Amino acid sequence: MIKHQKPRAFFDTFERKGPGQKNTHYCPGCGHGTAHKLIAELIDELHIQDRTIFCSPVGCSVFAYYYFDTGNIQCSHGRAPAVATGIRRTHKDSILISYQGDGDLAGIGTAEIIHAANRGENLTVFFINNAIYGMTGGQLAPTTLIGQSTLTSPGGRVQSRDGSPIGMAEIMDAIKTPVFIERVSLATPGKVMRARKVFKKALLNQVQKRGFSFVEVLSPCPVNWKLTPSRARRWMEEKLEPVFPVMNFRETEDLKINKETIPPVLKGEDLLNVFRVNKDQLHPPKAKEISDQFVKISGFGGQGVMSAGVLLANCVIAEGRNATWIPSYGPAMRGGTANASVIVSGKNIGSPLVDYPNVLIAMNLPSLNIFEEKVLPGGFIFINSSIITRKVKREDVKSIYVPASDMAKQGGMLAAANVIMLSLYMLASKVSDIQTLKKVIPLSIKKKEYIDVNLKIVDIAIEFYEKNKDAF
Amino acid sequence: MNRVEIHKEECKGCRLCVDACPKHCLIPGSGINNIGYQFIEFESERCTACGICYYVCPELGAITVHKKDKGETP
Ligand SMILES: Cc1ncc(C[n+]2csc(CCOP(=O)(O)OP(=O)(O)O)c2C)c(N)n1
Ligand code: SF4
Ligand code: SF4
Ligand code: SF4
Repeated sequence: MIKHQKPRAFFDTFERKGPGQKNTHYCPGCGHGTAHKLIAELIDELHIQDRTIFCSPVGCSVFAYYYFDTGNIQCSHGRAPAVATGIRRTHKDSILISYQGDGDLAGIGTAEIIHAANRGENLTVFFINNAIYGMTGGQLAPTTLIGQSTLTSPGGRVQSRDGSPIGMAEIMDAIKTPVFIERVSLATPGKVMRARKVFKKALLNQVQKRGFSFVEVLSPCPVNWKLTPSRARRWMEEKLEPVFPVMNFRETEDLKINKETIPPVLKGEDLLNVFRVNKDQLHPPKAKEISDQFVKISGFGGQGVMSAGVLLANCVIAEGRNATWIPSYGPAMRGGTANASVIVSGKNIGSPLVDYPNVLIAMNLPSLNIFEEKVLPGGFIFINSSIITRKVKREDVKSIYVPASDMAKQGGMLAAANVIMLSLYMLASKVSDIQTLKKVIPLSIKKKEYIDVNLKIVDIAIEFYEKNKDAF
Repeated sequence: MNRVEIHKEECKGCRLCVDACPKHCLIPGSGINNIGYQFIEFESERCTACGICYYVCPELGAITVHKKDKGETP
């Protein structure tokens, strides 16, 4: 009778590594294989293979997807807990394993792990601490011991220069939310068996949706420690474990931190409420479909390019079509140019970015300079001619000059030049009914007196359009 | 009979199993596998099928432990 054999959660042959391959890419005596094996056995035991997504790191275990016959995603360096968080938002019942080395988790990914822990994400983190950067050839890690010599600390780690080894389990213990924190070691067969029990708890917590479990695994890297596999295990007991005590830090029995209480992802209706679009205003989709609009509204900070974008998107959505809005601020947010991208479509929209607009609303000269060349042939450029003194050079686009700042000043609010431009774009393109804008403005502006000014400004724009129809 | 199977092409000759087996059933053999590692051989009937070798072995499938069936003579 077979008592122990390769877990079913592993592929039989590792075809992703190479045809017919059966052994790992790990060095002889490396701890990663042992940790993998424990996890794979527990995936079998808990019957979670079909819903496990293994989030592998950058580091020696980058190729975990060669081995685990589960869902796999190989994350950017240190980002596995953030990637797992993202997956969790759409995969409520998946079992998400964030498997990370110490360079990955305690070095480049310090922020991600801390905030995932702090949010209490329903995840299981296996943190493989081998006190060194293994994959890259043995550089100093945040966890390297004082005196330990590495490629980048050849004379040994010195606290005054290199800091001291970071205890990640201890850091986790300073955060309220995790439900389970333990440090285990793979130094002896007995400790491996203890690790198995701990791994199981950490996975079960997730199956039971209890929250964030963190297991730090002291693990040998014989090659970079320059020790034989068995000598490496002894070094762990003599040197590593005294600095990183093998112990349980937390085991919460309190089931109150139940991630089932996460507010649900907002559906279309709720989003309309969040963006204060009144449902009563929903018109049936227009009979005449407007072709997709890729709009860039650009100006200096304070010209309302962002709010013009939001108004446009809200009008379109209120009329039952799709729109996206995404802001972009230059490095010099104040005084620099800022632009908003809006896409309007009758279909679903993928990326909200607009690199090549077919509509450019240029509120100031730098905006025209930056984006003029990017406008698609046959597109429209709306120019705020109060400020922009030059003409558009392009001849393959339609240019519409509007003294928007002057008109807005007349209307009583210079800052509403954006609304002039937006209104004229709407009137010219019929992308949305101007009456929709009038209904959306009161929902988007909080101060009553501003609402009235803006509505007046829309009327000024309408009047301008009627008088200058030929220009459009 | 309790028995440990070493899949020799998967063994990396790290000898952790050799050190760990409480019954000294595993010994480095003289053979070298295709990758170039000196693989381990199972050479004893003292094996209790405890599984220690299986758990310390870092290779994912190098060791299979068979426990004697009920009624089978040891
Ligand atoms: C963004 C980025 N920075 C740096 C690297 C180089 N790099 C690859 S692995 C690694 C460290 C891995 O160490 P650890 O997380 O301890 O894993 P181990 O290899 O020891 O298992 C580094 C710095 C990279 N691949 N990507
Ligand atoms: S370098 Fe170290 S961590 Fe990487 S595979 Fe080799 S022993 Fe394992
Ligand atoms: S199962 Fe136990 S007794 Fe048998 S070879 Fe492995 S370690 Fe030794
Ligand atoms: S522990 Fe595994 S890889 Fe290492 S010598 Fe034994 S069978 Fe081979």
